Amino acid sequence: MHIYMLKRLGLAVLVALAVSMIAFGLLRLSGDPAIAIAGEGATQADIVLVRQTYGFDRPLPVQYAEWLGRTLRGDLGESIYFKTPAAPLILSKLQTTLVLGLLSLAFALVISVPLGVLAALYRNSWIDRLCLGLAVIGQALPNFFFALLLIMLFSIVLHWLPVSGSDSWQHFIMPTVALGYYAAPAFMRLIRAGMIEVLDADYIRTARAKGLPASTVIFKHALRNAVVPVVALTAVQLGYLLGGSVVVETIFALDGLGYLAYQSITFKDFPVMQSIVLLLSVIYVVLTLASDVANAWLDPRIRVA
Amino acid sequence: MPSRLFARPGRRIVTVAMLAAGLIAGAGSVWASKSDNTVRFAYDQAPESVDPYFNNVRIGVIIGANVWDTLVYRDSITNEYKGNLAKSWKQIDERTIEFDLREGVKFHNGEEFDADSVVYTLNFVADPANKVTTQANVNWIEKAVKVSKYKVRVITKKVFPAAIEYLAGPVVMHPAKYYAEVGPKGMNAKPVGTGPFKVTQYTPGKSIRLERNADYFKDSPKGTPKIAKLEIRFIPDRQTQMAEALAGGTDFIMHVPKDQAEQAAKVPHLQVVSGETMRIVFMQFDTLEATPTAALKDIRVRKAISHAINREAIVKNIVGAGSRVLNTQCFPSQFGCTDEGAPRYAYDPALAKKLLAEAGYANGFDTELYAYRERNQTEAMINDLKAVGIRAKLNFSQYAAMRDAVRSNKAPMTHQTWGSFSVNDVSASTPVYFTFEADDVTHDAAVRDMLLKGNNSVDPAVRKQAYQQALKHIADNAYSLPLWSLPVYYVASKELSFSAYPDEMVRFWEMSWK
Repeated sequence: MHIYMLKRLGLAVLVALAVSMIAFGLLRLSGDPAIAIAGEGATQADIVLVRQTYGFDRPLPVQYAEWLGRTLRGDLGESIYFKTPAAPLILSKLQTTLVLGLLSLAFALVISVPLGVLAALYRNSWIDRLCLGLAVIGQALPNFFFALLLIMLFSIVLHWLPVSGSDSWQHFIMPTVALGYYAAPAFMRLIRAGMIEVLDADYIRTARAKGLPASTVIFKHALRNAVVPVVALTAVQLGYLLGGSVVVETIFALDGLGYLAYQSITFKDFPVMQSIVLLLSVIYVVLTLASDVANAWLDPRIRVA
Repeated sequence: MPSRLFARPGRRIVTVAMLAAGLIAGAGSVWASKSDNTVRFAYDQAPESVDPYFNNVRIGVIIGANVWDTLVYRDSITNEYKGNLAKSWKQIDERTIEFDLREGVKFHNGEEFDADSVVYTLNFVADPANKVTTQANVNWIEKAVKVSKYKVRVITKKVFPAAIEYLAGPVVMHPAKYYAEVGPKGMNAKPVGTGPFKVTQYTPGKSIRLERNADYFKDSPKGTPKIAKLEIRFIPDRQTQMAEALAGGTDFIMHVPKDQAEQAAKVPHLQVVSGETMRIVFMQFDTLEATPTAALKDIRVRKAISHAINREAIVKNIVGAGSRVLNTQCFPSQFGCTDEGAPRYAYDPALAKKLLAEAGYANGFDTELYAYRERNQTEAMINDLKAVGIRAKLNFSQYAAMRDAVRSNKAPMTHQTWGSFSVNDVSASTPVYFTFEADDVTHDAAVRDMLLKGNNSVDPAVRKQAYQQALKHIADNAYSLPLWSLPVYYVASKELSFSAYPDEMVRFWEMSWK
């Protein structure tokens, strides 16, 4: 188990390093940051001054090495746009994104668990088809589109919820639904497949033969076993939800990390952009690692494979 | 201009549906703002700093004019200069202007406005080491000198006739003691000006709240503000802004696309106001020796392009109300801007084809058209060019990337726009593209000399004549094709009283609830 964990950890570090390198290269290839920072009306001399001030005139590997060294020491540099240190700026926005990510995950599970169980219990019936249909719609409908539909219904027509902002709990309802519904189908299908497999198992037949109530058989005996792979998927989906918050936070003007990412892309704020990409990829890598370890702990066959 | 990261055709459909829903549902909390005399304004970009010297975005200019004051005030209707923080001024010599300052004006923190405020502010921003974001706004200042407590002299580096225009626009006054103590970072964290509104709360990237300055000096040409409170929220998504307007969550939005504005006009609780802005649109031709499209070096080809584009039709059908076709590359209200004597290139595709054939391009040619905003306008021009045989491939990118391509001689034709920083003087527009600076892809010494003569004289008659000659020469040679002025659409609560101006300045101090 220890060797397996070390291997996965080494791989995770390499993935994070590769992501940081690719992100750094791609961001620099997207255009000259000095021109963007100098703005409309700047002379060539102004641009040269900006280039020298921020060190953009040095070779790319030198810039990368310096950035990586500083990042490892916890110094994420200064936001070019907001003129404040990037680390506290990012941390101040992280809480909103984490809250949104966790709420969305909870929403996805609340939706997917009952639907998955229902689909498995009534497999190949119209209930199963309806649940699968909802899953297909969920994955086919882009979340920015769904978000605007929610706004139309709950804010413009019904006046129940505020359109945008992050000042109250009501502001989180629509973003949670818009982000969470997209993650629900994956859970639902996994639960359905797991339940179908488990419901055919001998111990379930035994439980039924003992005369246990149906709810006990389904929730205590079947679901508890069917839900094991969902635990592993949850970690990965949380990483996906945190990354996916860029679009949702921008639409709902939620003052989180995703919104900051959008702003930093718009204003070519390289230190913030790089730090957010790195942070999100590290979170994703850590969650994937946690998921791998959890899987290996639950199923010893994986450690050998 | 922020990128439309998530633009999809489906979003447009939803926006139309939202507008339809708005028609059915009516307003939500529309009257809430009126009852507490508050205006809620949503804008798509957050300024990098609220200190007007350290941002280069429109919202920064708007906040700047509402929170701070300038020495001089330009009347929004007559364009006449009036005293603001300065009571009067006089030209001492070609490079020196002396200002008599208003007495009894207080900053929001109680600090008194006097000559020290002017001297400290101007000397600070004029020093390149302090890295003011838009250098063009301040790099003409050599220094400011205190004559007495209420008298200062501003000395320009060279003859600079547009000095008063800048002192009426982006060059605001900071409190000397406070600014010396906290610097630009502190000013951003806790902004202090003398303006009609003072900042009560600021969350960078999210929102800024203002309230009426109860002690605002009564002689200000801006007048006493009628709105008690102002809330500016930064909402990056235009559809969300429109949804807020429909749901009554915001009272005022701007830069609304034409099609959405037309739909919003049908919503009972909203009003739509459109107005011309100082932002001009033109097509820039790279005529340098190393141009990527050699055909553009031929004047007949440039004239053919000028005759090929149906500017009137594009203005009417795509650009929208408030826009007009331009014949010279400047905004008509700018000092020195005129189209007198300049040729009119009427839409005439047959003539365009004839000119192309004469130039040896009877079968047209392939080229690229770079653009960064209003893509629908670029596409309309590409269609017109195609009709006469010019196959222009669209290269659509961010402004910085497009500008990089122009400056590195990679962009043969560019769909450009220029806002002149709302400076009402030709020196802020045409010379940027024709005086051998980085954006000049023509390099005509005669044009450069005429423009510099206009820039460097204090005699209005000499300036006007020099600019007129330069603008005519540019148009005669079709070095660029002036296209049209851009309008701006505002969508606001029907109960809100306001006016639109060409400088795109939102004058909250003039606004009131009906």
